[in-house]
Amino acid sequence: MLTARSQQTAHKVNEVSRLPRLRGRWSLPAVIVILALAAGIVFFTRTGDDPVPVPTRDAVIDVPEGPDSTQTVQIDTTLYLPQRTPAPAVLLPHGFGGSKNSVKTQAEELARDGFVVLAYSARGFGRSTGQIALNSLDYEVRDAQKLLDWLATRDEVQKDAPGDPRIGVTGASYGGALALLLAGVDQRVDTLVPVITYNDLSQALLPNSAALAQPQGATPSANAFSDNGVFKRSWAGIFFSAGMTNADTASPAGEAPEPGQIDDNAQVSTPTQAPQEAGQQGQNRQPARPTDACGRFRPEVCAAYTEVATTGKASAQTLELLRKSSPVEVADKITKPTMLVQGEQDTLFGLDQADATARQISEAGGQVKVVWYAGGHDGGSPGTQLRKQISDWLSFHLTGKGTDPGTGFEYAVQGAFRTNGTPSLRTVIAPSYPGLSGGAQTERRDLKLSGRPQLVVNPAGGNPAAVSSLPGLGSALSRSSSISSRLSVDLPGQAAVFTSDALDSQMLLTGASSVRLRVANAPNQQSPEAVLFVKLYDVSAEGVRTLPGSAVAPIRVALPADGNPTDVSVTLPGAVRPVESEHRLAVVVSTTDQAFQNATAPAAYQVSLAADTISVPVVPGTNVTEGAPVGALWGIGISLAVLALAGVIAMFRRRLAHDEDPSLASVPLVISSLTKSYPGGLTAVKDLSFRVEHGQVLGLLGPNGAGKTTTLRMLMGLIHPTEGHIRVFGHKVVPGAPVLARIGSFVEGSGFLPHLSGAANLKLYWAATGRPLSEAHLDEALEIAGLGDAVHRRVRTYSQGMRQRLAIAQAMLGLPDLLVLDEPTNGLDPPQIHQMREVLRRYAAAGRTVLVSSHLLAEVEQTCSHVVVMHKGKLVAAGEVGEVAAGGGEATFKVDQPTLAAKVLGDIEGVRDVHVEEDAVHASMNGVPRATALSALVAAGIAVDQAGPRRRLEDAFLELVGGE
Amino acid sequence: MNEHDVHTDPGALKDLTDAAAQTHLEVAEDGSPKSYRANRTLKLRVELARQIRRRRTQLVLGFLVLLPFLLALSFEIGQSNPNRRSGGFVDLATASGINFVVLTLFVSGSFLLPMIVALFFGDTIASEASWSSLKYLLAAPIPRHRLLRQKAVASGLLSVFALALLPAVALAVGVTWYGAGEVVSPTGEAAPFGDGVLGVALAVCYISINLFWVAGLALYLSVSTDAPLGAVGGTVLVSILSQILDQITALEDLRNYLPTHYAMAWADLLSTEIDWSEMTKGVCSALIYGGVFTLLAAQKFVRKDITS
Repeated sequence: MLTARSQQTAHKVNEVSRLPRLRGRWSLPAVIVILALAAGIVFFTRTGDDPVPVPTRDAVIDVPEGPDSTQTVQIDTTLYLPQRTPAPAVLLPHGFGGSKNSVKTQAEELARDGFVVLAYSARGFGRSTGQIALNSLDYEVRDAQKLLDWLATRDEVQKDAPGDPRIGVTGASYGGALALLLAGVDQRVDTLVPVITYNDLSQALLPNSAALAQPQGATPSANAFSDNGVFKRSWAGIFFSAGMTNADTASPAGEAPEPGQIDDNAQVSTPTQAPQEAGQQGQNRQPARPTDACGRFRPEVCAAYTEVATTGKASAQTLELLRKSSPVEVADKITKPTMLVQGEQDTLFGLDQADATARQISEAGGQVKVVWYAGGHDGGSPGTQLRKQISDWLSFHLTGKGTDPGTGFEYAVQGAFRTNGTPSLRTVIAPSYPGLSGGAQTERRDLKLSGRPQLVVNPAGGNPAAVSSLPGLGSALSRSSSISSRLSVDLPGQAAVFTSDALDSQMLLTGASSVRLRVANAPNQQSPEAVLFVKLYDVSAEGVRTLPGSAVAPIRVALPADGNPTDVSVTLPGAVRPVESEHRLAVVVSTTDQAFQNATAPAAYQVSLAADTISVPVVPGTNVTEGAPVGALWGIGISLAVLALAGVIAMFRRRLAHDEDPSLASVPLVISSLTKSYPGGLTAVKDLSFRVEHGQVLGLLGPNGAGKTTTLRMLMGLIHPTEGHIRVFGHKVVPGAPVLARIGSFVEGSGFLPHLSGAANLKLYWAATGRPLSEAHLDEALEIAGLGDAVHRRVRTYSQGMRQRLAIAQAMLGLPDLLVLDEPTNGLDPPQIHQMREVLRRYAAAGRTVLVSSHLLAEVEQTCSHVVVMHKGKLVAAGEVGEVAAGGGEATFKVDQPTLAAKVLGDIEGVRDVHVEEDAVHASMNGVPRATALSALVAAGIAVDQAGPRRRLEDAFLELVGGE
Repeated sequence: MNEHDVHTDPGALKDLTDAAAQTHLEVAEDGSPKSYRANRTLKLRVELARQIRRRRTQLVLGFLVLLPFLLALSFEIGQSNPNRRSGGFVDLATASGINFVVLTLFVSGSFLLPMIVALFFGDTIASEASWSSLKYLLAAPIPRHRLLRQKAVASGLLSVFALALLPAVALAVGVTWYGAGEVVSPTGEAAPFGDGVLGVALAVCYISINLFWVAGLALYLSVSTDAPLGAVGGTVLVSILSQILDQITALEDLRNYLPTHYAMAWADLLSTEIDWSEMTKGVCSALIYGGVFTLLAAQKFVRKDITS
């Protein structure tokens, strides 16, 4: 018997553990659907902007080799076509060292925006033949004019007049200069966007930021551009070698960061793009190995470079050549709308170059918009947003479509570093570039500088030298511009430092500051001139120095032979830098810089302040209210709305769930056609119907696995019936139905918080129902449990029986109208079982109803007034205990000769269904008194051992239990 | 009769039956006793009392109080230069009291804080199921949605309390050891003490919101299993997995969809010019993940058959 029981239990445990998995069948598909949706959204957002292929036409166009030459040079071009033609054209020259393929991405973007785009390799680059003349007005600019002629013959290109295509020009660096030069000489150009380019190549490569006179300073970043500059040898070398080998080392490697940019897109896009370009260049490039020391340069260009690189100074002839290659020559003839884009991280072509161009065009009457972005030759080429802005500019000025980009001044402000490693960026817009013709001058703030005269020494050979930037590597370093801007090293003894007071409030430095310095030979020194490098540091309160843009202003100051000092105004490099409060500005004057040709003769100078102020340009503007991640804000709003909506829908659905049958209001329990089947075919309860009337003690009898516990769980609203329903006092039972508050239950083991005492458990349980403590009758219930002083011990320490008693006491809290107990006597000893029976009987007698489940017949017979017998989920019998036990008039006789006895009984009138079971004979008496049958048996000579009603219940029950 | 005996006094039986005979509950329209109101069941006070008395809760809170002391002690034992003004979070920890708080949040942000939230939310339903007390609460009856909500709110309160307790203790420890000086960020910016306190307070708010996804997932697992360890461990496992994937740079911007991707975005609050974009995205991501898991949890719990 014991073995049978334990097997039963094992079976039940299995069954229970399998259920959650079966029931979770809707959750898994839901999760899969949600994952699929999410993946779909990700896929959509990532592929939604998949580019449409742009049709292209390659052509080789012959242009004259030179002004007086009859020979021709072949220019390799690609025409990118938009979806609709005719359309305005955009000429897209490339940067130094590149080819038509380096601008492929931008060309395709512009073509998609509706322009016919002509990209070409300039002479001496890519597959084009000819020699590099450095954007000479006689060579490259004439080539470009020929290309305009060619475009004017194309049907795809919209025309203003015969021979005059509607055309804009945009290009970066070398290409940007070409745009300016072309627009200066050819009136057919309708608009232009030069990017990170120079105004005067001689000043870009041989800068001198010192002037004897006070600078004008009307514009934010005006530089004196004095003669006799200091050779910027690192950049010049890189520039020249790019022309020799066609290696694109002079162009920025990656894209500059942009406001609101997600994470590391810029970093990610660079490597994916670069190898592809390199491959294309590899195919098209002439053999990279230079054939002689001049490579593909024109002899005069080569000679000029050789001269400067070896002597550090430029002759008048060289300066003339450089100037002839510079927009400064023709920019005062540009009258077309121009957007000048210059980089804040650019030690090659600084902000002063664009400033000079802007002044020239503005004076000529051209419309100028100036954009300073967080990139440059050291910081990356224009990113997606800026390229879009360029395209919008071209679109407005070539087709009139879109909003007027205006003539404002935009600059990017790099702020603190974010967690993702990129600096935060914002864009500030001022109504116009200050200081241009007709506009207000740039606002300047004078900060007091202090510092005593200091002696600085130039080492022989100009070595070791201070470090400010690493040209060419700059773009790699600028990714972590925290490094590059702090890379600068000043060598002791070589640098004089002048410091301002700490700032009271944040100041947004925008452009080139200027200071007045006094330079003299140190006593007993006789240098004719001094080469010095002036830098402006932002020094935090902690002493951390940042060199904005990594830029230095080189100066060459002539020193009189009499030893008198020279006062010069120095224009510091243009930069944008938010100088925080508590920070100071420090002007550092150094004798050496690695990026430049330092003076080789040993010397010592006395450097002091000629005026104790530094004039800092400030351009007030408004922050562009960008940066707010719109998608994320929508996401926040929508998810909050969905959560709220789900809450409201659930509330309404609950309100509608109430179901009442008033005719059953006095009937404690009615179960109708109750079925519970689990997916997978297991049916725990099948078509069960019974009712419990007021005052009954009903026993739910059945072996383990009969479905008793499942039924009780459904009664408590823990399990959802598959079919049928349960009504308690007329109210349909659903999970959490209020009528459940009238049921006290103990089903399948106790459930207490093990860390609390028995008394605390009961108190907290009652507190959880939210009903007043006075209704609980806690003391009476605890007395019924009778745990003595153990009630104050933790439940963890209780025995099985003690927990059982406490659980029954918990069920009785509040004196419920219907008390439901599942196997209440399990684990109790016989005296306790006896007491429990008494409790249940008397509780029912006091006007309540009790439902007890048990697998023991004796238990039910002794406790209950009524019984419902279940087996395998079905109802077997129901009724009063005595009635069911009596088995409806069948009798059992224990005899010594069963076969004979069966024959005798069968002969009695009215007796039917006689059958023999071992020494017992069962018969249906049909009203025939048992005494009649007895006397018949005795008369037949049969010894009758026992005669009584057939205990059908027990038989059936034992059979069921035993048969399992 | 011995006090230690487990025994029902016959008098008790009489008391009970007398009480039962005399009491007749008034019944409301919905079939419940008049004193029963669904919206009064399992008040927060009651649920908090149930949870706070648990050794688990007390240990976790105790550990959070202890952790800053352990960190301070390790800085005392180890070699450290209290005047450092540059370097990472760890190098700067001893610069000021606020820097110490920042370090504490930094070192606990990736594992400890998600685990605590996972513990409070993952354990809440599953432990009731494992004690079998869940069925009695539901039969009391506490409507399922209300049980889930009250338990989630109580877990949320405990989580937020824990998340605030750690920096609060760290602040006290930090100020005692390293003074109420300026907070120095890894970029060298310095902000006054007051701003630092505000920044840390905002950081705690952000972390609390950002960990909503952990709460949602833990709740979902808590209603899906009867094993508290499974719910808590499963959630922590997902968090670790997400952090591992976040290290794989080859995934590029797919990593933005990982729930832990913006976990450290609160560090942006330390700069003088606060960039809110990362934190906004972090809030959005947390709300979407947390919302989906919470709704799944609610749907699953309401439809579930309670068999524990």
